[in-house]
Amino acid sequence: MIEKTVAELSAALRRKEISSVELARLFLERIDRYKDLNAFITVDAERTLAQAEASDERLARGANNPLTGIPLAQKDIFCADGWRTTCGSRILSNFVAPYNATTVDKFNQAGVVCLGKTNMDEFAMGSSNETSYYGVVKNPWNPALVPGGSSGGSAAAVAARLAPAATGTDTGGSIRQPAALCNLTGLKPSYGRVSRYGMIAFASSLDQGGLLTRTAEDAALLLNVMAGFDPRDSTSVDEPVPDYTQSLDQDIKGLRIGLPKEYFSQGLNPEVMKVIESAMAEFKKLGAQVVEVTLPNSQLAIPCYYVLAPAEASSNLSRFDGARYGLRAKDYTDLLDMYCKTRAEGFGAEVKRRIMIGTYALSAGYYDAYYLKAQKLRRLIAEDFRKAFEACDVIMGPTSPTTAFRIGEKSDDPVAMYLNDIYTVPTNLAGLPGLSIPAGFDSRDLPVGLQMIGKYFDEARLLNVAHRYQQVTDWHHRIPPGFDE
Amino acid sequence: MSLTREQVRKIALLARLHITEQESIAYAETLSRILGLIEQMNAVNTDGVAPMAHPNEAGLRWRQDAVTESDQREKFQRIAPAVEAGLYLVPKVIE
Repeated sequence: MIEKTVAELSAALRRKEISSVELARLFLERIDRYKDLNAFITVDAERTLAQAEASDERLARGANNPLTGIPLAQKDIFCADGWRTTCGSRILSNFVAPYNATTVDKFNQAGVVCLGKTNMDEFAMGSSNETSYYGVVKNPWNPALVPGGSSGGSAAAVAARLAPAATGTDTGGSIRQPAALCNLTGLKPSYGRVSRYGMIAFASSLDQGGLLTRTAEDAALLLNVMAGFDPRDSTSVDEPVPDYTQSLDQDIKGLRIGLPKEYFSQGLNPEVMKVIESAMAEFKKLGAQVVEVTLPNSQLAIPCYYVLAPAEASSNLSRFDGARYGLRAKDYTDLLDMYCKTRAEGFGAEVKRRIMIGTYALSAGYYDAYYLKAQKLRRLIAEDFRKAFEACDVIMGPTSPTTAFRIGEKSDDPVAMYLNDIYTVPTNLAGLPGLSIPAGFDSRDLPVGLQMIGKYFDEARLLNVAHRYQQVTDWHHRIPPGFDE
Repeated sequence: MSLTREQVRKIALLARLHITEQESIAYAETLSRILGLIEQMNAVNTDGVAPMAHPNEAGLRWRQDAVTESDQREKFQRIAPAVEAGLYLVPKVIE
């Protein structure tokens, strides 16, 4: 059962081979057995089983949603009514959300069962899941290594078969990079495709909710529920949601794959390069053509992102002040001191660093040189993609410059950590959809991810291309050693 | 670009973050390093380029000026650190 995809579990539930309650128990038992991975921050078996029971009743009455009864892990960034929602932070360690994020609402309505809240880098700031107040998450492929971040808990959970799928969020690569490091399919939809209402904000112009699954087909099934216009999210786009499963099997003969020459410079790890080259050979067999494209301003994506994201974060995180919810410091003199002490005690080091940089970039006298400059670079980067898409349909390349690295290896040097995002941040800056899929392994038997970037609102095409690749390869079926039972 | 401890203290105040003398030294160093990364932005001339605030430049939607939410003050205040008579309690601001 743990090997079945969401699509297969859906069929099994309908054929009454298993009940939603039995399925939930199975995964809850595994979550407990492998709690050493630290993939979950909150598990509430009673709540989960109550949801599963309700779903079993709906199934008995003939539920017509294919996801009714399916268990799903939720990244602890989505507010869920009655569930502790911490965002990986001490400042929200006692915060029990009084409402549902739209994403949670939609899954509830479909009869999906919440398995628990997964661990994550604090306030989604990180690329290794080492900044969480609730401890480091271990990579099931090798527990001495990081699973990636910030959706590290979700990635570890799905990779270790503790959940058939999980939600994540991606601001600079936080779904795609952990998917690459854990051998998963990670989808960041186009900006505006998935509602951000109730999804604790890090950088409002970059954040997007998405999925970590084992197959593109599963991502399509789940995206059908997750996507859609939401009047409560002012940046939500009013575009109808297609059935993403309908186009999965389309022929990709004639597909033009663009490889940006800037992504394949001398710096790229040769083992990662080899995996990407093999993937291109597979795509050519499927009838695609590979063309070289250029994204001239690629080098500027990281500095640009590390101005915009911290600036927006400094604004978004100003709401955490001990006044209305969350942690409040015990000792303070006046109101200002209450704010300053609460935030100093409640936020971790990386969050504070980013708030400081962001505050500086927005402050009087520096706004033009930093924030405004970064917004202009953002325009150039988005333009680069627009031009490149004149010559191709999908852009591909590595998701991450390296495979999983050792816990502690980069946590002392923030700049070294930021460089992990080099292939993923441009997609968030431009608002385009991005998908990472398993494409091979390196000489240490660690997974390598292939990234696909699509035109705005073209996630159907990405899922189709990924699905065709997954029909002729089996990288995505591999299980981390020791987790196959 | 290097930040002084004085600048770090000023930023911390703006950010409403209490920092110690020790921390201000450490921040000056780390933040200066991050600024070094950010200053790579200056490699490109952006004169005449329109800033891009976010991917879909649709602008904010308008809605009817009608009541659509219900009063859930009690539910939301149940998780507050200190409330009284429906008000959030904080240290006195006016002497």
